[in-house]
Amino acid sequence: MAECHPVGFQWVMEAKARGAKVIHIDPRFTRTSAVSDTHVPIRAGSDIVFLGAVVNYILSNNLHFEEYVKAYTNAANLVSEDFRDVDELDGVFSGYDPETGKYNPTSWAYEGHDHDDEGSGQGDESQESSASRGAGHELGGHGAALEDTDVPRDETLQHPRSVFQVLKRHYARYTPEMVQETCGISPEQLLEVCQAVTANSGRERTTCWVYSVGWTHHTVGVQMIRSSAIIQLLLGNMGRPGGGIMALRGHASIQGSTDIPTLFNLLPGYLPMPKVGEHDSLDEFVAEIASPDQKGFWTNAKSYTVNLLKAWWGDAATAENDYAFQYLPKLTGDHGTYATVMSMLRDEIDGYFLLGQNPAVGSAHGKMQRMGLSHLKWLVVRDLNMIESATFWKDGPEIETGELKTDEIDTEVFFFPAAAHVEKGGTFTQTHRMLQWHHKAVSPPGDCQSDLEFFHLLGEKIRARLAGSTDDRDRPVLDLTWDYPRLPDGEIDPEAVLKEINGYFLEGEKKGQLLNTFNEMQPDGSTSGGCWIYTGVYADGINQAARRMPGREQSWVAPEWGWAWPANRRTLYNRASADPEGKPWSERKAYVWWDEEAQKWTGHDVPDFEVGKAPSYRPPEGASGPAALRGDDPFIMQADGKGWLYAPSGLLDGPLPEHYEPQESPVSNPMSRQQSSPTREVFPREDNLQNPSGDEPGADLYPYVFTTYRLTEHHTAGGMSRWQSVLAELQPEFFCEVSPELARERGLTNNGWATIISARTAIEARVMVTERMAPLRIAGRTVHQIGLPYHWGVGNEALVTGDSANDLFGVTLDSNVHIQETKVASCDIQPGRRPRGPALLDYVAEHRERAHVTTLTGNQQRTPPGGAGAEHASDSASHGTSSNLQVGEGHAPAGRDTDAGPDGGTR
Amino acid sequence: MSPHEHGHTPAGGAGDVGRHDGHLGFEQAFTSAGSAGPAVRAGWDEPPARKGFFTDTSICIGCKACEVACKEWNGVPQDGIYELLGSSYDNTGQLGASTWRHVEFIEQRKPMAGLDTGITIGVPETALGPDISLAASGHASEDVLGSLARAVHDKPLVDLGMPAFDLPSASPDAGERTDFRWLMASNVCKHCTNAGCLDVCPTGALFRTEFGTVVVQDDICNGCGYCVAGCPFGVIDRRVGEKGVTKNEGIAQKCTLCYDRLSENQTPACAQACPTQSIQFGDVDELRERAEKRVTQLQEAGVMNAQLYAEDPEGGVGGAGAFFLLLDEPEVYGFPPDPIVTTADLPRMWKHAGLAALGLAAAAATVFLGARR
Repeated sequence: MAECHPVGFQWVMEAKARGAKVIHIDPRFTRTSAVSDTHVPIRAGSDIVFLGAVVNYILSNNLHFEEYVKAYTNAANLVSEDFRDVDELDGVFSGYDPETGKYNPTSWAYEGHDHDDEGSGQGDESQESSASRGAGHELGGHGAALEDTDVPRDETLQHPRSVFQVLKRHYARYTPEMVQETCGISPEQLLEVCQAVTANSGRERTTCWVYSVGWTHHTVGVQMIRSSAIIQLLLGNMGRPGGGIMALRGHASIQGSTDIPTLFNLLPGYLPMPKVGEHDSLDEFVAEIASPDQKGFWTNAKSYTVNLLKAWWGDAATAENDYAFQYLPKLTGDHGTYATVMSMLRDEIDGYFLLGQNPAVGSAHGKMQRMGLSHLKWLVVRDLNMIESATFWKDGPEIETGELKTDEIDTEVFFFPAAAHVEKGGTFTQTHRMLQWHHKAVSPPGDCQSDLEFFHLLGEKIRARLAGSTDDRDRPVLDLTWDYPRLPDGEIDPEAVLKEINGYFLEGEKKGQLLNTFNEMQPDGSTSGGCWIYTGVYADGINQAARRMPGREQSWVAPEWGWAWPANRRTLYNRASADPEGKPWSERKAYVWWDEEAQKWTGHDVPDFEVGKAPSYRPPEGASGPAALRGDDPFIMQADGKGWLYAPSGLLDGPLPEHYEPQESPVSNPMSRQQSSPTREVFPREDNLQNPSGDEPGADLYPYVFTTYRLTEHHTAGGMSRWQSVLAELQPEFFCEVSPELARERGLTNNGWATIISARTAIEARVMVTERMAPLRIAGRTVHQIGLPYHWGVGNEALVTGDSANDLFGVTLDSNVHIQETKVASCDIQPGRRPRGPALLDYVAEHRERAHVTTLTGNQQRTPPGGAGAEHASDSASHGTSSNLQVGEGHAPAGRDTDAGPDGGTR
Repeated sequence: MSPHEHGHTPAGGAGDVGRHDGHLGFEQAFTSAGSAGPAVRAGWDEPPARKGFFTDTSICIGCKACEVACKEWNGVPQDGIYELLGSSYDNTGQLGASTWRHVEFIEQRKPMAGLDTGITIGVPETALGPDISLAASGHASEDVLGSLARAVHDKPLVDLGMPAFDLPSASPDAGERTDFRWLMASNVCKHCTNAGCLDVCPTGALFRTEFGTVVVQDDICNGCGYCVAGCPFGVIDRRVGEKGVTKNEGIAQKCTLCYDRLSENQTPACAQACPTQSIQFGDVDELRERAEKRVTQLQEAGVMNAQLYAEDPEGGVGGAGAFFLLLDEPEVYGFPPDPIVTTADLPRMWKHAGLAALGLAAAAATVFLGARR
């Protein structure tokens, strides 16, 4: 956190000064470790084992927050008797289909909800539809739907099929010995962390977990974070001050770019994107977001959707035309970034916009990215500098190797210089869900333009081109509200956009006024709002995001600095900061509470609860929506009002976290026969070969673990930092961090050169030998880890350039959210610089051949009995016998002429 | 102006010395170590309280925001070429004309807790790797010998924690580590009470500001370089660059404590940018109190090596305006352990009028010796 979020880290330092204990769990000893109380070195990708052992410690020693767990979580719910855990099924949960590599989650359901054919349209849908899309992400804001919430419970938590007992059995396998064997962490150090975390949780104290892409960029990333959620729910650390799970975002407004998303499968406010053939009407669409019979606020999804449609299409959105629902594009499949690049390689995509993104350096498998770009007809790059994604066609690595030739690339690249944040007004939304307005300080120089200006102009030009069209397909563009006022300086008023997002009354006596809260949104077209969770940012007609009241002049919650969604609430689910009767768990941790006299919720923060609903409220028979939430159901966006220790639906890779090894790992999974996540999305293609892992023959050719990360001195793929001399000189060259032990093993010398090799490519880096990298003892042998900051790229434009660490990776994705595994893989390292030109390809291929790599290697979702090696040994050519039938004809040679490999194994 | 709590200003001193406490002020300088002193001695009537930095390295996170903010605000050009130094995360190297803040990174070997590396005492010869002899420089050889000594006596060597970035791979005993420490410290001009650079400047380009700080006037400096030798810390230097292209090429440059910002009642850029308040700006008197409290707090918490550096008004530079809390001995950070103003001996010499010629020669020698510390 000190490395990548030094400004935010000031609050950690302040907490430390006030007595907080800071524990840093990281493969490397970083600038964060340097000022922490403890550093716990861990093998990259083994976090679920470590966190699982913490859960085991809590449960084995009865250290959970009993009252909290019983009242606020689903611990007492009974799970279907059809559910089978991984220990019974050789490493997979019940419902796994080795043919498709997917789960049918029916058996994971609560008791009485485990039949496909009952309920309100959830059954088939949940296995077909939600399994074929990134359900986890699309369900982002609202968790999974439940048909209803009448679930059998055992309040004593003793029933063998209660979630609590299921949890106990599942986590009994996560022992300190397993941690030592998997993570390389001693039982003593594990105990130290367990004791610190549990001693600092309960009525009087809370513990916070902070993570970043070190947890997300994995094939099991969602389950790593789920592990932390289980710990926090067991210890009563959710919805309380000082608790929670804090996701550090990678850029200034990445939170904002999921709230109002740049993701293909989300609409603003975490509404899912409709799918073709399944959501032909607004009602069908809304019904999938939330069953009308379930609890919670997502039952208002129709209102949120209609308001969005009114914001976009104004008067053209009417009750008669389903509020222009048909104008929304419908998904036909995965259109995530990696699926899109593979589509480019099949020449299915003509044009591409890159906005402040440098995938030629920043995305996994840089070569696949650059080869994909070379198949486009046109490419628009909007950035501050002439980044590598805009110059790959003349000085990229494939030009050097001869895989691409400049005069044979037909891609027309348009570079548009972008305005920096001080050159435009707008909001940043940070990890706290807080919007902070930034004012324009100076006008952008030269041709530089803000994104707002650019897209407004682009919209105007397209609409002018289409003007007068009678073709129905042009209506969505022509009917858009595209009438933003201009400021005296000639630029579009960004506050007008924020107001549109906030929403207006469109009818009645308040017509033209801004909405104050999303509760004012109506499903009948009488109000509008572009993102329901942002409604209120313009409460009382004031730009609340622009507030700057100093902390010393207001309460410690500081509600008058910026504005946090929803409803300026600073801590979500804060009803949980009070006990079931509505009293604070302790005076020290009082946050919101029930005021018996005034008959309402009150406190330091905006209560995350219906303000007049008493703790004793019990819903009447047959209630649904918010009215179905009890007065002690704090998790109001969940389908049953409870925190989910166990996820009966909504995840594609299991109801509980289970450790699987990374896609590429020198270690065999000690937990089960299943080496890597059985639902991970694999892409068996000639241009996406994988290193052998574990006991597979050839795994010893890639014996080391590497991880990638950022340095304080640079920003991501370098577009903002490698062109600045004051930053570039602070970290001028790409380097790899290795331990003295590894340096001796491979003959590496400090500040010399090393070549790092994977099945995709080989890159060179200067060597930094440092004891900050510690070898780990795993399963009886020493495992070395290599650190690679990923800021540099190959080109001639930046002040500092170098090979890109992300070129080492292949493409393998998490099944829930299509995230790539870029925080861990395996490699070899050799002293000296890499071969140049075409010799580089030979060098990588020779290494690969010695390891017997085929398209099958690492690309079988279900590990065959006896391990991947057994299958491999039998005959790597007999694809048909593999448990993964997608592999088949995956022998498309790489390159632009013959790239017709199957588009991934999972669809 | 602030009261003379930490010493006294000699009567009439300010008026006599004039605006610049140049060559005439040596003796007074050594009888006046007070923090309020320097600006008064330099001839400022009723100057504001002396300003300075307290850099608390115990909370430095090594983000280098100070380096960047300093360069941005002061228009300091790139220092050297884009080249990795191979010295932990430090690619700046040292303070100089184009580096006015420098964050140091010191990796210290200590036992690493809770970590079984599978490597125990004594690494077999075969594990040393093929390049051990190739890699062994003088320094590394010492490490090799050290490890042999350790193997014999089975007793840990005293680790001074000196940066040993050159060829740590040659050190065969690294695998025994079970703990580790990474010290970070943002170094800067000390703005000495008794400033050698100021004392020796023949043009008056260096002057004492009303804030008690020491600043170069780049339009007056003739680039003679006397000040470079006059600094006991090796802070000030002449800017290297291309004539006519690089701003102030050949001119002596160093931290001004953001004189322009101070004049506008603003915090210096580095302190403003520091996210953890490792760099604290303020009145020197107040900062000293804060520093003493902090070092006591750390020592009571068991950080026995925590110590203040260059803060003592009785010290060799009369108490710096920019002082430090260090977590180890000054040498570990590359700081001189007992810095003395290079002109300290000059007053005594001047008294030996009969040996004037010889004395001057000695003074010159002292100056050059100082530069080589």
